[in-house]
Parts: sequence; C-alpha cells; structure tokens
Amino acid sequence: MTINPDMKYTKSHEWVKEEDGTAVVGITDFAQDALGDVVFINLPEAGDEVVAGESFGDVESVKAVSDLVSPVSGIVQAVNEELIDAPEMLNSDPYGAWIIKVEQVNDREELMDADDYEAFCAEEG
Amino acid sequence: MKLIFEKSVPGRHSSLLPACDVPAFELPETRQEPLELPELCENDVSRHYTQLCQRVHGVNCGFYPLGSCTMKYNPRIDEEAAALPGFTNIHPLAPADAVKGCREVYELAAKYLCEISGMDGMTFQPAAGAHGEFTGVLLIKQYHDARGDKARTKIIVPDSAHGTNPATAAMCGFDVVNVASAPDGCVDLEALKAALGPDTAGLMLTNPNTVGIFDKNILEITRLVHEAGGLCYYDGANLNAVMGHVRPGDMGFDCIHMNLHKTFATPHGGGGPGAGAVGCKDFLKEFLPKSALMEGEGHIQVRGFAGNFLVVVRALAYLLTLGREGVPEASTNAVLNANYLMEKIKGTFTPAFDRVCMHEFVLDLSEFKKETGVSALDVAKSLIDNGMHPPTMYFPLIVHEALMLEPTETESRETLDEAAEVFRKLYELAHTDPEYMHAAPHHAQIGRPDEVAAARNPIVRWVKA
Repeated sequence: MTINPDMKYTKSHEWVKEEDGTAVVGITDFAQDALGDVVFINLPEAGDEVVAGESFGDVESVKAVSDLVSPVSGIVQAVNEELIDAPEMLNSDPYGAWIIKVEQVNDREELMDADDYEAFCAEEG
Repeated sequence: MKLIFEKSVPGRHSSLLPACDVPAFELPETRQEPLELPELCENDVSRHYTQLCQRVHGVNCGFYPLGSCTMKYNPRIDEEAAALPGFTNIHPLAPADAVKGCREVYELAAKYLCEISGMDGMTFQPAAGAHGEFTGVLLIKQYHDARGDKARTKIIVPDSAHGTNPATAAMCGFDVVNVASAPDGCVDLEALKAALGPDTAGLMLTNPNTVGIFDKNILEITRLVHEAGGLCYYDGANLNAVMGHVRPGDMGFDCIHMNLHKTFATPHGGGGPGAGAVGCKDFLKEFLPKSALMEGEGHIQVRGFAGNFLVVVRALAYLLTLGREGVPEASTNAVLNANYLMEKIKGTFTPAFDRVCMHEFVLDLSEFKKETGVSALDVAKSLIDNGMHPPTMYFPLIVHEALMLEPTETESRETLDEAAEVFRKLYELAHTDPEYMHAAPHHAQIGRPDEVAAARNPIVRWVKA
C-alpha cells in the first residue's frame, strides 16, 4: 500500500492536497484496495457546494457502493470527467486520479498527515 | 452455451395443429416488423432449460446459506396450490364476482399476515422487497403531506441497513441520514438522538438487524422517533427470525413490508416474481394502494392489477400448512440452526459478533485474510467446489471480509454438520495451499465470471446479428 507524503488524509480514506487556495480531492490506495475494482462513479457538478464530513458522490465497486466524503467545505471548481468513462483509474492511479477540485475552502475535517494516516490504516487492517 | 435465440431455426416449431376447418380471418392491422421469437422444437427447448438448470445451484440442489436471502426449501404443496386451474385460468380484468376465490386468498393472506406483523391493513401490489419499501415509505411521505407537514425531508437509516433502504428513501425524494452502529451492531442511541429533529420523516430499520442481532433498545428507538414526529418503517427482510414470536407492530413500527418470497417460502433467487406485501397501522390505511380487484372504485396502483397473485397463493398455502403452532416453530428452528452452525464453525473462522445470534450470523475473515492471504471471496468460491452455495459476501459493510450465513429452518442437523466440516477443511487448506483457493472453484461449470466487465459493459439484450 502506498501513501503520498504530500497529501492529507481523512478517516474515511480520502486524500486532499491544497495548493493556491484550491483543494484537490481523491481516494487513497487503501480505499481502492478495500473497494476492489471500481465500476461506476457519481460525481457532483462544478458550482455545487460540498460540506466537510458529508457525501459529495459515490463510487461503486463489484463489492459495494460507498459514499465519497468531502474533507473540506467549499464550492466545486472542477470535476474529473475522465473518471466517468474510466473509473478504473481510481484503482490504477489513486493519487493521480483526482475526483474534484474545491475552491473557496472555508472548513476542513480533522485531517491526518501521511505518518498518522499510515498508523491509522495499520490499525484498520 | 448458446442463447435460445441463437439455437432458433426458421420454420421449426413444437405444435402439431390439425388443418384449419374455419374460414381464415385477416386482421385489420398487421405488425410490420418481424417478431424475432426463437423457433425451436420442444426437445430443444426442454434441453436448453435443463442445461441452464445444471449450470446453477438452486435450493433443490443443496445447502444454500445465502445470508439475508432466506433460501429455505419451498414445499411442493405450495406449488400444487398455485397450479390449481381456478387460480391460473383467470384474467386480470375479470369482474370481481368471477374471481371470488382469488379475493378470498388475498383476504385470508392479509388477515394472517396482519396478525403476524401486528398491522391493520395490507396491500399485495408490490412485486418484491424493494418495491414494498418504496410503497411503505410513500405511505410515510403521504402521511406527512396530508398533514401539511412539509418540513420532514429526512429518513434515518442505520449504517448496517440493506442498501435498498437508503436507495428507497432517495427514490421517494428524502435525504438520507446515516446513523452509526454501536460496537454490538445495534443502533447507537446517542447517534440516533443527534439525528432526530423536526425534519425527521421517519426511520427505516430491520430487526433483527443485518448482523443477526435483535436490537434490545427497539421500544426506545421507536419511541424516540415518534416523539420527534417521525414514523417507523420495518424492513421485513429478517422477519423469518421472529415470526410468531414478536410483532413489528408491537415494537412500535407503523408500516412494514414482508418478503413473501423469503419468509413465506415461495421460490426466489432467479429474478422471478416475488411479493413485497406492505402492511400498515390503521391511521395509514387510507394511503394504501388499492387494486381494482380488491376495492372497486378509486384505486391507486403501484403496480398493474393486483400484484403477483400466485406468489400470494403459495405464501398462503405455506401459512395454512404450518398453522398457528408451525409458524413460530419455523422461526425457532431458523434461530436454532444459525446458532448451531455458528458454534460448530467457531474455533476456525471467527464470528463478527460473539454472542447468541438470531436467524443468521456474520463471519469476520479480516484476521484470517491477514494470516493466509485467502479472502472471503476465495472461501466463497471454494465452497462451490464442495456442493454448497456461498454465503453472502462483503455484506454488511460494517464488517470487513464478511461472510454472512443464514442456514434457515429447513436444513437438517446432518446438513449443518457437513457444512461445518467443509468450513473446517477450507480453514486448514487456506493455511497449507492458499494458491489452490485463490483459483477456486476447480469443478464448477462457471468459475470466476468477469464481474468487472459485466458491471462496466453489461450486455442485457440480444440483438440479431
């Protein structure tokens, strides 16, 4: 399992990377491994409001449908439309396949750094 | 294996008709497009469906502990009742007094099912469980709407719920509020209290819940929801654990669906007809769908005509066969069988909740997977090689690497002993030859179909080449 040292993490296994006032959000390698092959994704639209700790979409794997939980509150600036046709990118490149970019970030979930997240994953097994 | 359409040969047929001895009649309008129905002789049809039969594992083939699905054996006498010509040779538009017997089936089935569920009214229109949920939650919506209470926009669903519950609430236009389970798998009362408010339309709950545990706080839970002004919906998915012992109506629920095809022993599992009978308390009766057959004027339909009638005939035959003593005894044995099997498996695989269960239990294979690399999926696939249908996998989501077993009351002690022995052997095999299990099943007609491709690019329609 890989963890990207440049990102922050949620307990629900999303990653977030903030740069120049924009938060880029995706799911972690741990998440994609637990989900198995992702077959569908439901995304919000640009301009939608997202709230920290609340669902902004969902991913469906052959095992289950899981909510995507937003690490931050703000307005969706862009969504990764490529994922609609190729949701498998979440499996093959979890830290490259960003899901949404959020602007006007005004609140955050409690986020972990890479070391804390690694310990958290070890505990979750 | 070829599709039946691909086996078709133009002009081939199964019927031997005598020469026509009446004048031919031309239809005023004829279809311009060919129908494209398969053309086969009778033995080809018979062999085709027998082959399909041989490629699957049904409840008549062997043990089928598919958790949450209640794959009990379906008694033949129910089929006999459903095949009676008075029930099969009817027309959905027949006048009410021409189908009195069918109406009596509905009335009697409603009476018994109201008694079992503790409800006052019942509809048989919904075709299956999820359709029943949809109908039941619409009752809740209509109740609030009729009172002019427009602020109730949220339905509370525990995180252990069947996926259909949040889907139903969303389909009915509600926002879904998830509440976490306590460590014992039951509803966390504090989380529930925090979720309740003037925007609560209702709560959807299964009891016993998805991990096979009866929520001891059920009266408190329904009281809290009622105090907040919401209604309580009982998902009857797990009714087989408690029928004849405790009634959802007495637990404080206002409406309910019952999967007749599960609890009341009618065939299911192949996408065939089911029946999600919906019951409610008196104050919701005015909102129930009414079929033209049952009520005459002013009908409201959630499905054409009167629902899947013959499924109700089977369920009624089942109820009449078991009677007042047999119904609770079936539940007792379902619970006994689940606990027996859980105790026999303990020591190898680990139950997710180590306590007396109801009609089903969940194994947690996450430690086992860490030790051996063998997943719940590998174990499930290996069970196929041993003549067993796999349990439900990766559900509920609150247990990782879950296998969920529901033996039902119709299995003998010998069957359960054999199943436990198979589990013990697989546990050992995982420690000695995990590779073999990664590649299982080795003896099945279909091994590991490409589920990912099937989900991403489903082909659900035959198109003529």
